[in-house]
Amino acid sequence: MNIPDSLKYTKDHEWLKLLGNDEALVGITEYAQNSLGDITFVEVPEVEDTFSEGETFGVVESVKAASDLFMPLDGEIVEVNEALEDSPELVNQSAFEEGWLVKIKITDPSQLDALMDAAAYAEIAKD
Amino acid sequence: MSQLSRTPLFDFNVAHGGRMVDFAGWEMPVQFKSIVDEHKATRSAAGLFDVSHMGEATVTGPQATEFLDFVLTNGIASMKAGRVVYSLMCYEHGGVVDDLLVYRKADSEYMLCLNASNVEKDVAWLQAKAEGFDVDVCDVSESYALLALQGPKAFDILEGICSADFSELGYYYFAEGTVADIPCIISRTGYTGERGVELFVAPEHAAELADALVAAGDADGLVLAGLGARDSLRLEAGYSLYGHEISDEVSPVQAKLMWTVKLDKEVPFVGQQALLDEKAAGPAKRIVFFKTGTRRIVRAETAVLANGEVVGTVVSGTFSPALNEAIGSVLVDAAAATEELSIDMRGKPMKLYPTKPPFIKTNPQS
Repeated sequence: MNIPDSLKYTKDHEWLKLLGNDEALVGITEYAQNSLGDITFVEVPEVEDTFSEGETFGVVESVKAASDLFMPLDGEIVEVNEALEDSPELVNQSAFEEGWLVKIKITDPSQLDALMDAAAYAEIAKD
Repeated sequence: MSQLSRTPLFDFNVAHGGRMVDFAGWEMPVQFKSIVDEHKATRSAAGLFDVSHMGEATVTGPQATEFLDFVLTNGIASMKAGRVVYSLMCYEHGGVVDDLLVYRKADSEYMLCLNASNVEKDVAWLQAKAEGFDVDVCDVSESYALLALQGPKAFDILEGICSADFSELGYYYFAEGTVADIPCIISRTGYTGERGVELFVAPEHAAELADALVAAGDADGLVLAGLGARDSLRLEAGYSLYGHEISDEVSPVQAKLMWTVKLDKEVPFVGQQALLDEKAAGPAKRIVFFKTGTRRIVRAETAVLANGEVVGTVVSGTFSPALNEAIGSVLVDAAAATEELSIDMRGKPMKLYPTKPPFIKTNPQS
Protein backbone atom coordinates (compact mmCIF):
# COMPACT_ATOMS: atom_id res chain seq x y z
CA MET A 1 0.00 0.00 0.00
CA ASN A 2 1.37 3.36 -1.07
CA ILE A 3 1.89 5.79 1.87
CA PRO A 4 4.12 8.71 0.83
CA ASP A 5 6.61 9.83 3.51
CA SER A 6 6.13 13.50 2.64
CA LEU A 7 2.53 13.68 3.87
CA LYS A 8 0.76 13.91 7.24
CA TYR A 9 -2.12 11.56 8.06
CA THR A 10 -5.25 11.28 10.22
CA LYS A 11 -6.93 8.26 11.79
CA ASP A 12 -9.82 8.91 9.38
CA HIS A 13 -7.56 7.96 6.46
CA GLU A 14 -7.05 11.46 5.19
CA TRP A 15 -3.76 13.02 4.15
CA LEU A 16 -2.46 16.54 4.38
CA LYS A 17 0.29 17.98 2.20
CA LEU A 18 1.97 21.17 3.44
CA LEU A 19 2.45 23.74 0.71
CA GLY A 20 4.08 26.52 2.74
CA ASN A 21 2.47 29.74 3.85
CA ASP A 22 0.28 27.66 6.22
CA GLU A 23 -1.61 26.23 3.29
CA ALA A 24 -2.15 22.53 2.69
CA LEU A 25 -3.90 20.12 0.34
CA VAL A 26 -6.21 17.55 1.90
CA GLY A 27 -7.31 14.25 0.39
CA ILE A 28 -8.14 10.68 1.28
CA THR A 29 -5.50 7.97 1.28
CA GLU A 30 -4.91 5.13 -1.14
CA TYR A 31 -6.15 2.81 1.60
CA ALA A 32 -9.40 4.81 1.94
CA GLN A 33 -10.15 4.94 -1.79
CA ASN A 34 -9.43 1.25 -2.09
CA SER A 35 -11.80 0.44 0.77
CA LEU A 36 -14.56 2.60 -0.70
CA GLY A 37 -14.22 1.26 -4.23
CA ASP A 38 -15.60 3.10 -7.26
CA ILE A 39 -16.17 6.70 -6.20
CA THR A 40 -19.21 8.21 -7.90
CA PHE A 41 -19.59 11.56 -6.15
CA VAL A 42 -17.58 13.97 -4.03
CA GLU A 43 -19.18 16.83 -2.12
CA VAL A 44 -16.80 19.56 -1.02
CA PRO A 45 -17.62 22.85 0.73
CA GLU A 46 -17.53 26.41 -0.62
CA VAL A 47 -14.36 28.43 -0.72
CA GLU A 48 -14.09 30.64 2.41
CA ASP A 49 -16.06 28.16 4.54
CA THR A 50 -14.28 27.55 7.83
CA PHE A 51 -14.24 24.36 9.87
CA SER A 52 -12.88 23.14 13.18
CA GLU A 53 -10.71 20.08 13.57
CA GLY A 54 -12.89 16.95 13.40
CA GLU A 55 -15.86 18.72 11.81
CA THR A 56 -17.52 17.18 8.75
CA PHE A 57 -16.60 19.21 5.66
CA GLY A 58 -17.91 16.98 2.88
CA VAL A 59 -18.61 13.44 1.75
CA VAL A 60 -17.14 10.89 -0.59
CA GLU A 61 -19.68 8.49 -2.07
CA SER A 62 -18.90 5.21 -3.75
CA VAL A 63 -21.04 2.49 -5.26
CA LYS A 64 -20.78 0.70 -1.93
CA ALA A 65 -21.00 3.44 0.71
CA ALA A 66 -20.98 7.13 1.63
CA SER A 67 -18.16 8.30 3.86
CA ASP A 68 -17.93 11.65 5.67
CA LEU A 69 -14.86 13.82 5.31
CA PHE A 70 -13.46 15.19 8.58
CA MET A 71 -11.38 18.34 8.84
CA PRO A 72 -7.84 17.31 9.90
CA LEU A 73 -7.36 20.61 11.76
CA ASP A 74 -8.93 24.07 12.12
CA GLY A 75 -8.89 25.94 8.85
CA GLU A 76 -10.51 27.80 6.01
CA ILE A 77 -11.21 26.36 2.57
CA VAL A 78 -9.22 28.36 0.00
CA GLU A 79 -9.72 26.15 -3.04
CA VAL A 80 -11.65 23.02 -4.02
CA ASN A 81 -10.72 20.46 -6.66
CA GLU A 82 -13.30 21.28 -9.30
CA ALA A 83 -12.18 18.43 -11.54
CA LEU A 84 -13.89 16.03 -9.13
CA GLU A 85 -17.33 17.31 -10.07
CA ASP A 86 -17.16 15.59 -13.45
CA SER A 87 -14.48 13.02 -12.63
CA PRO A 88 -14.79 11.78 -9.06
CA GLU A 89 -12.94 8.65 -10.16
CA LEU A 90 -9.74 10.76 -9.99
CA VAL A 91 -9.78 9.95 -6.27
CA ASN A 92 -9.57 6.25 -7.15
CA GLN A 93 -6.97 6.75 -9.83
CA SER A 94 -4.72 9.21 -8.03
CA ALA A 95 -5.62 9.54 -4.36
CA PHE A 96 -2.44 11.43 -3.39
CA GLU A 97 -2.10 13.68 -6.44
CA GLU A 98 -4.89 14.57 -8.88
CA GLY A 99 -7.55 13.31 -6.50
CA TRP A 100 -6.91 15.96 -3.83
CA LEU A 101 -10.13 17.33 -2.34
CA VAL A 102 -9.58 20.81 -0.88
CA LYS A 103 -6.83 23.32 -0.23
CA ILE A 104 -7.02 24.82 3.25
CA LYS A 105 -5.46 27.71 5.15
CA ILE A 106 -4.38 26.32 8.50
CA THR A 107 -5.58 28.40 11.45
CA ASP A 108 -3.24 26.99 14.09
CA PRO A 109 -0.08 25.28 12.77
CA SER A 110 0.62 23.80 16.21
CA GLN A 111 -2.23 21.34 15.53
CA LEU A 112 0.01 19.70 12.93
CA ASP A 113 1.87 17.98 15.75
CA ALA A 114 -1.17 15.81 16.43
CA LEU A 115 -1.16 14.34 12.91
CA MET A 116 0.59 11.10 12.09
CA ASP A 117 3.65 10.56 9.94
CA ALA A 118 3.72 7.84 7.29
CA ALA A 119 5.16 5.21 9.62
CA ALA A 120 2.49 5.75 12.27
CA TYR A 121 -0.28 5.78 9.65
CA ALA A 122 1.02 2.56 8.12
CA GLU A 123 0.19 0.87 11.42
CA ILE A 124 -3.52 1.67 11.15
CA ALA A 125 -3.80 1.22 7.38
CA LYS A 126 -3.31 -2.52 7.57
CA ASP A 127 -5.82 -4.89 6.07
CA MET B 1 -20.77 -15.86 14.53
CA SER B 2 -21.80 -18.68 12.27
CA GLN B 3 -19.39 -20.00 9.70
CA LEU B 4 -19.86 -18.55 6.21
CA SER B 5 -20.35 -20.98 3.36
CA ARG B 6 -17.82 -21.06 0.55
CA THR B 7 -18.49 -21.90 -3.07
CA PRO B 8 -16.30 -24.40 -4.95
CA LEU B 9 -14.73 -21.32 -6.59
CA PHE B 10 -13.64 -19.68 -3.33
CA ASP B 11 -9.94 -20.32 -3.93
CA PHE B 12 -10.29 -19.26 -7.56
CA ASN B 13 -11.96 -16.00 -6.50
CA VAL B 14 -9.35 -15.23 -3.87
CA ALA B 15 -6.48 -16.10 -6.22
CA HIS B 16 -7.89 -13.63 -8.75
CA GLY B 17 -8.10 -10.81 -6.21
CA GLY B 18 -11.78 -11.06 -5.36
CA ARG B 19 -12.83 -8.89 -2.44
CA MET B 20 -14.81 -11.34 -0.37
CA VAL B 21 -17.88 -10.26 1.61
CA ASP B 22 -20.71 -11.94 3.47
CA PHE B 23 -23.68 -12.28 1.15
CA ALA B 24 -26.66 -14.29 2.38
CA GLY B 25 -24.31 -16.37 4.53
CA TRP B 26 -21.85 -16.95 1.69
CA GLU B 27 -18.35 -15.61 1.31
CA MET B 28 -18.67 -14.07 -2.16
CA PRO B 29 -16.62 -11.65 -4.27
CA VAL B 30 -18.32 -8.23 -4.32
CA GLN B 31 -15.72 -7.05 -6.83
CA PHE B 32 -12.36 -7.98 -8.31
CA LYS B 33 -10.89 -4.66 -9.46
CA SER B 34 -13.77 -2.23 -9.86
CA ILE B 35 -17.54 -2.64 -9.84
CA VAL B 36 -17.95 0.00 -12.54
CA ASP B 37 -15.23 -1.49 -14.77
CA GLU B 38 -16.66 -4.99 -14.37
CA HIS B 39 -20.11 -3.66 -15.24
CA LYS B 40 -18.86 -1.86 -18.34
CA ALA B 41 -16.82 -4.87 -19.49
CA THR B 42 -19.90 -7.09 -19.22
CA ARG B 43 -21.87 -4.66 -21.39
CA SER B 44 -19.09 -4.25 -23.97
CA ALA B 45 -17.35 -7.66 -23.94
CA ALA B 46 -18.10 -10.29 -21.30
CA GLY B 47 -18.14 -10.90 -17.57
CA LEU B 48 -17.73 -14.19 -15.71
CA PHE B 49 -19.65 -14.47 -12.43
CA ASP B 50 -19.47 -17.11 -9.73
CA VAL B 51 -23.09 -17.53 -8.68
CA SER B 52 -22.64 -20.92 -7.05
CA HIS B 53 -24.39 -19.65 -3.94
CA MET B 54 -27.66 -20.04 -5.84
CA GLY B 55 -29.56 -23.16 -4.82
CA GLU B 56 -30.99 -26.00 -6.86
CA ALA B 57 -33.82 -28.38 -6.11
CA THR B 58 -35.22 -31.25 -8.12
CA VAL B 59 -38.92 -32.00 -8.40
CA THR B 60 -39.62 -35.45 -9.80
CA GLY B 61 -42.40 -37.99 -9.86
CA PRO B 62 -45.61 -38.75 -11.75
CA GLN B 63 -47.35 -35.60 -10.49
CA ALA B 64 -44.40 -33.23 -10.79
CA THR B 65 -46.04 -31.07 -13.46
CA GLU B 66 -49.36 -30.89 -11.64
CA PHE B 67 -47.57 -30.04 -8.41
CA LEU B 68 -45.49 -27.23 -9.91
CA ASP B 69 -48.56 -25.74 -11.58
CA PHE B 70 -50.13 -25.72 -8.12
CA VAL B 71 -47.22 -24.23 -6.21
CA LEU B 72 -45.85 -21.81 -8.84
CA THR B 73 -47.52 -18.86 -10.54
CA ASN B 74 -46.39 -19.39 -14.12
CA GLY B 75 -47.68 -22.03 -16.53
CA ILE B 76 -45.74 -25.29 -16.26
CA ALA B 77 -47.83 -27.88 -18.14
CA SER B 78 -47.19 -26.15 -21.47
CA MET B 79 -43.38 -26.20 -21.03
CA LYS B 80 -41.48 -28.45 -23.42
CA ALA B 81 -38.52 -30.47 -22.17
CA GLY B 82 -35.43 -28.30 -22.59
CA ARG B 83 -37.32 -25.15 -21.76
CA VAL B 84 -36.62 -22.69 -18.93
CA VAL B 85 -39.36 -20.56 -17.38
CA TYR B 86 -39.09 -17.72 -14.87
CA SER B 87 -41.74 -18.00 -12.19
CA LEU B 88 -42.70 -16.78 -8.78
CA MET B 89 -43.69 -18.97 -5.87
CA CYS B 90 -46.32 -17.19 -3.76
CA TYR B 91 -47.88 -17.54 -0.36
CA GLU B 92 -51.64 -17.84 -0.09
CA HIS B 93 -51.73 -14.11 0.75
CA GLY B 94 -50.00 -13.24 -2.53
CA GLY B 95 -46.60 -12.33 -1.10
CA VAL B 96 -43.62 -14.03 -2.70
CA VAL B 97 -41.76 -17.02 -1.24
CA ASP B 98 -39.11 -16.74 -3.95
CA ASP B 99 -38.56 -16.04 -7.63
CA LEU B 100 -36.92 -18.87 -9.49
CA LEU B 101 -36.11 -20.55 -12.78
CA VAL B 102 -37.84 -23.80 -13.70
CA TYR B 103 -35.92 -26.26 -15.91
CA ARG B 104 -38.00 -29.01 -17.49
CA LYS B 105 -35.61 -31.90 -18.02
CA ALA B 106 -38.20 -34.53 -18.94
CA ASP B 107 -41.94 -35.11 -18.65
CA SER B 108 -41.84 -35.62 -14.90
CA GLU B 109 -38.41 -34.25 -14.06
CA TYR B 110 -37.70 -30.64 -13.18
CA MET B 111 -34.90 -28.61 -11.64
CA LEU B 112 -35.48 -25.28 -9.89
CA CYS B 113 -32.81 -22.61 -9.48
CA LEU B 114 -33.38 -20.70 -6.23
CA ASN B 115 -32.06 -17.59 -4.49
CA ALA B 116 -29.24 -18.40 -2.07
CA SER B 117 -30.91 -16.76 0.90
CA ASN B 118 -34.15 -18.68 0.34
CA VAL B 119 -33.04 -22.26 -0.34
CA GLU B 120 -33.98 -23.77 3.01
CA LYS B 121 -37.25 -21.86 3.20
CA ASP B 122 -38.14 -22.79 -0.39
CA VAL B 123 -37.42 -26.48 0.00
CA ALA B 124 -39.40 -26.63 3.24
CA TRP B 125 -42.29 -24.81 1.56
CA LEU B 126 -42.20 -27.07 -1.49
CA GLN B 127 -42.07 -30.20 0.65
CA ALA B 128 -44.96 -29.01 2.81
CA LYS B 129 -47.06 -28.16 -0.22
CA ALA B 130 -46.17 -31.50 -1.88
CA GLU B 131 -48.31 -33.37 0.61
CA GLY B 132 -50.94 -35.27 -1.33
CA PHE B 133 -48.94 -35.15 -4.57
CA ASP B 134 -46.90 -38.09 -5.86
CA VAL B 135 -43.65 -36.10 -6.11
CA ASP B 136 -40.20 -35.92 -4.56
CA VAL B 137 -38.60 -32.58 -3.77
CA CYS B 138 -34.85 -32.72 -3.12
CA ASP B 139 -32.35 -30.00 -2.29
CA VAL B 140 -29.47 -30.72 -4.67
CA SER B 141 -27.62 -27.41 -4.15
CA GLU B 142 -24.47 -29.27 -3.10
CA SER B 143 -24.35 -31.00 -6.49
CA TYR B 144 -23.79 -27.85 -8.52
CA ALA B 145 -21.56 -24.89 -8.91
CA LEU B 146 -22.96 -22.17 -11.16
CA LEU B 147 -21.00 -19.88 -13.46
CA ALA B 148 -22.63 -17.09 -15.46
CA LEU B 149 -20.90 -15.96 -18.65
CA GLN B 150 -22.62 -12.78 -19.80
CA GLY B 151 -21.97 -10.18 -22.45
CA PRO B 152 -21.98 -9.59 -26.21
CA LYS B 153 -18.82 -11.70 -26.61
CA ALA B 154 -20.16 -14.67 -24.61
CA PHE B 155 -20.84 -16.87 -27.62
CA ASP B 156 -17.55 -15.93 -29.30
CA ILE B 157 -15.74 -17.05 -26.16
CA LEU B 158 -17.66 -20.35 -26.11
CA GLU B 159 -17.16 -21.03 -29.80
CA GLY B 160 -15.01 -24.10 -30.30
CA ILE B 161 -15.12 -25.18 -26.65
CA CYS B 162 -18.87 -25.58 -26.15
CA SER B 163 -21.05 -28.44 -27.41
CA ALA B 164 -24.13 -26.24 -27.72
CA ASP B 165 -25.06 -24.56 -31.00
CA PHE B 166 -26.42 -21.13 -30.15
CA SER B 167 -28.13 -20.78 -33.50
CA GLU B 168 -30.28 -23.70 -32.28
CA LEU B 169 -30.38 -23.20 -28.53
CA GLY B 170 -32.74 -20.28 -28.02
CA TYR B 171 -33.14 -17.81 -25.19
CA TYR B 172 -34.59 -19.54 -22.12
CA TYR B 173 -33.69 -23.01 -23.40
CA PHE B 174 -31.04 -25.30 -21.94
CA ALA B 175 -29.07 -28.35 -23.00
CA GLU B 176 -26.89 -30.90 -21.30
CA GLY B 177 -23.47 -30.73 -22.91
CA THR B 178 -19.85 -29.86 -22.38
CA VAL B 179 -17.73 -26.75 -22.14
CA ALA B 180 -13.99 -27.39 -22.42
CA ASP B 181 -14.86 -31.10 -22.26
CA ILE B 182 -16.45 -30.60 -18.83
CA PRO B 183 -20.04 -31.82 -18.54
CA CYS B 184 -22.50 -29.07 -17.66
CA ILE B 185 -26.03 -27.87 -18.06
CA ILE B 186 -25.82 -25.00 -20.53
CA SER B 187 -28.66 -22.57 -19.89
CA ARG B 188 -29.33 -19.56 -22.11
CA THR B 189 -30.37 -17.36 -19.24
CA GLY B 190 -28.86 -14.58 -17.18
CA TYR B 191 -29.40 -11.63 -14.90
CA THR B 192 -27.58 -8.85 -16.74
CA GLY B 193 -29.70 -8.03 -19.78
CA GLU B 194 -26.90 -9.31 -22.03
CA ARG B 195 -26.70 -12.44 -24.16
CA GLY B 196 -25.01 -15.28 -22.37
CA VAL B 197 -25.25 -18.55 -20.54
CA GLU B 198 -25.39 -19.92 -17.04
CA LEU B 199 -23.44 -23.14 -16.59
CA PHE B 200 -24.35 -25.67 -13.92
CA VAL B 201 -21.30 -27.81 -13.25
CA ALA B 202 -20.21 -30.42 -10.71
CA PRO B 203 -18.38 -28.69 -7.83
CA GLU B 204 -15.18 -30.63 -8.41
CA HIS B 205 -14.95 -29.33 -11.99
CA ALA B 206 -15.93 -25.72 -11.27
CA ALA B 207 -12.42 -24.27 -10.99
CA GLU B 208 -11.28 -26.13 -14.09
CA LEU B 209 -14.25 -24.71 -16.02
CA ALA B 210 -13.59 -21.19 -14.72
CA ASP B 211 -9.92 -21.45 -15.74
CA ALA B 212 -10.90 -22.67 -19.19
CA LEU B 213 -13.35 -19.78 -19.67
CA VAL B 214 -10.80 -17.22 -18.47
CA ALA B 215 -8.26 -18.61 -20.94
CA ALA B 216 -10.79 -18.69 -23.76
CA GLY B 217 -12.07 -15.21 -23.01
CA ASP B 218 -8.82 -13.38 -22.53
CA ALA B 219 -8.55 -12.20 -26.14
CA ASP B 220 -12.18 -11.07 -26.15
CA GLY B 221 -11.85 -8.89 -23.06
CA LEU B 222 -13.51 -11.21 -20.55
CA VAL B 223 -13.32 -9.96 -16.95
CA LEU B 224 -14.15 -11.62 -13.68
CA ALA B 225 -17.12 -9.80 -12.17
CA GLY B 226 -18.50 -9.75 -8.65
CA LEU B 227 -21.85 -9.29 -6.99
CA GLY B 228 -21.55 -5.50 -7.11
CA ALA B 229 -21.59 -5.48 -10.91
CA ARG B 230 -24.27 -8.19 -10.90
CA ASP B 231 -26.53 -5.84 -8.92
CA SER B 232 -25.97 -2.75 -11.09
CA LEU B 233 -26.36 -4.82 -14.28
CA ARG B 234 -29.66 -6.33 -13.14
CA LEU B 235 -31.02 -2.99 -11.98
CA GLU B 236 -30.16 -1.27 -15.30
CA ALA B 237 -31.93 -4.16 -17.02
CA GLY B 238 -34.96 -3.63 -14.77
CA TYR B 239 -34.89 -7.08 -13.17
CA SER B 240 -36.37 -7.61 -9.73
CA LEU B 241 -34.29 -8.90 -6.82
CA TYR B 242 -35.86 -10.92 -4.05
CA GLY B 243 -35.89 -9.00 -0.77
CA HIS B 244 -36.01 -5.73 -2.71
CA GLU B 245 -38.59 -5.39 -5.51
CA ILE B 246 -40.33 -8.60 -4.41
CA SER B 247 -40.61 -10.23 -0.98
CA ASP B 248 -43.04 -11.95 1.31
CA GLU B 249 -44.63 -8.50 1.69
CA VAL B 250 -44.38 -7.28 -1.91
CA SER B 251 -46.69 -9.12 -4.29
CA PRO B 252 -46.32 -9.51 -8.06
CA VAL B 253 -49.24 -7.10 -8.52
CA GLN B 254 -47.26 -4.45 -6.66
CA ALA B 255 -44.03 -5.33 -8.44
CA LYS B 256 -45.64 -5.33 -11.92
CA LEU B 257 -44.63 -8.96 -12.41
CA MET B 258 -48.05 -10.23 -13.41
CA TRP B 259 -46.55 -11.47 -16.69
CA THR B 260 -45.09 -14.29 -14.57
CA VAL B 261 -48.50 -15.14 -13.10
CA LYS B 262 -50.86 -17.17 -15.21
CA LEU B 263 -54.06 -16.09 -13.49
CA ASP B 264 -56.26 -18.12 -15.83
CA LYS B 265 -54.50 -21.44 -15.20
CA GLU B 266 -56.82 -24.42 -15.50
CA VAL B 267 -55.86 -25.57 -12.04
CA PRO B 268 -55.96 -23.41 -8.90
CA PHE B 269 -52.54 -22.36 -7.60
CA VAL B 270 -51.23 -21.04 -4.30
CA GLY B 271 -51.87 -17.32 -4.05
CA GLN B 272 -54.29 -17.20 -6.99
CA GLN B 273 -57.30 -15.86 -5.10
CA ALA B 274 -55.29 -13.21 -3.25
CA LEU B 275 -53.71 -12.03 -6.51
CA LEU B 276 -57.05 -11.95 -8.31
CA ASP B 277 -58.51 -9.89 -5.47
CA GLU B 278 -55.54 -7.56 -5.30
CA LYS B 279 -55.56 -7.03 -9.04
CA ALA B 280 -59.29 -6.26 -9.02
CA ALA B 281 -59.09 -3.86 -6.07
CA GLY B 282 -55.81 -2.30 -7.17
CA PRO B 283 -52.64 -2.74 -5.12
CA ALA B 284 -52.13 -0.70 -1.94
CA LYS B 285 -48.46 -0.21 -2.80
CA ARG B 286 -46.41 -0.10 -5.97
CA ILE B 287 -42.82 -0.55 -7.03
CA VAL B 288 -41.64 2.47 -9.01
CA PHE B 289 -38.22 2.61 -10.69
CA PHE B 290 -36.48 5.96 -10.73
CA LYS B 291 -33.64 7.99 -12.16
CA THR B 292 -32.07 10.86 -10.24
CA GLY B 293 -30.24 13.05 -12.72
CA THR B 294 -27.26 13.01 -10.33
CA ARG B 295 -24.43 10.66 -9.47
CA ARG B 296 -25.49 10.50 -5.80
CA ILE B 297 -26.67 7.01 -4.98
CA VAL B 298 -29.92 6.81 -3.06
CA ARG B 299 -29.42 3.95 -0.63
CA ALA B 300 -31.92 1.20 0.08
CA GLU B 301 -34.17 1.79 3.12
CA THR B 302 -34.14 5.59 2.69
CA ALA B 303 -37.58 7.10 3.35
CA VAL B 304 -39.45 8.33 0.26
CA LEU B 305 -41.42 11.57 0.53
CA ALA B 306 -44.37 13.08 -1.35
CA ASN B 307 -45.88 16.42 -0.32
CA GLY B 308 -43.80 16.32 2.84
CA GLU B 309 -45.15 12.95 3.99
CA VAL B 310 -43.35 9.63 4.13
CA VAL B 311 -45.02 7.47 1.47
CA GLY B 312 -42.60 4.57 1.20
CA THR B 313 -38.99 3.41 1.13
CA VAL B 314 -36.18 2.94 -1.35
CA VAL B 315 -35.74 -0.77 -2.04
CA SER B 316 -32.82 -0.67 -4.51
CA GLY B 317 -30.30 2.02 -5.33
CA THR B 318 -27.08 2.01 -7.28
CA PHE B 319 -25.02 3.82 -9.87
CA SER B 320 -25.76 3.18 -13.53
CA PRO B 321 -22.53 3.30 -15.53
CA ALA B 322 -24.51 3.36 -18.79
CA LEU B 323 -26.53 6.42 -17.79
CA ASN B 324 -23.81 7.97 -15.59
CA GLU B 325 -26.37 8.64 -12.88
CA ALA B 326 -27.86 7.04 -9.81
CA ILE B 327 -30.91 4.81 -10.37
CA GLY B 328 -33.10 2.67 -8.18
CA SER B 329 -36.56 1.60 -7.15
CA VAL B 330 -38.99 2.48 -4.38
CA LEU B 331 -42.00 0.82 -2.78
CA VAL B 332 -44.61 3.53 -2.24
CA ASP B 333 -48.29 3.87 -1.39
CA ALA B 334 -50.19 3.46 -4.64
CA ALA B 335 -51.91 6.81 -4.16
CA ALA B 336 -48.52 8.52 -4.03
CA ALA B 337 -47.06 6.70 -7.03
CA THR B 338 -48.07 9.50 -9.39
CA GLU B 339 -47.01 12.30 -7.04
CA GLU B 340 -43.65 14.05 -7.11
CA LEU B 341 -41.34 11.78 -5.13
CA SER B 342 -38.22 12.85 -3.29
CA ILE B 343 -35.81 11.75 -0.60
CA ASP B 344 -33.71 13.60 1.94
CA MET B 345 -30.07 13.52 0.80
CA ARG B 346 -28.02 14.59 3.79
CA GLY B 347 -30.40 17.39 4.72
CA LYS B 348 -31.37 18.45 1.20
CA PRO B 349 -34.38 17.29 -0.83
CA MET B 350 -33.51 15.26 -3.91
CA LYS B 351 -36.06 14.47 -6.60
CA LEU B 352 -36.70 10.99 -7.95
CA TYR B 353 -37.79 10.73 -11.58
CA PRO B 354 -40.10 7.77 -12.23
CA THR B 355 -38.82 5.64 -15.10
CA LYS B 356 -40.27 2.65 -16.85
CA PRO B 357 -37.73 -0.20 -16.71
CA PRO B 358 -35.45 -1.27 -18.27
CA PHE B 359 -33.20 1.77 -17.88
CA ILE B 360 -31.25 0.81 -20.98
CA LYS B 361 -32.11 -1.04 -24.15
CA THR B 362 -31.23 -4.68 -23.57
CA ASN B 363 -31.27 -7.58 -25.98
CA PRO B 364 -30.48 -10.75 -24.02
CA GLN B 365 -32.20 -12.95 -26.58
CA SER B 366 -29.83 -11.81 -29.36
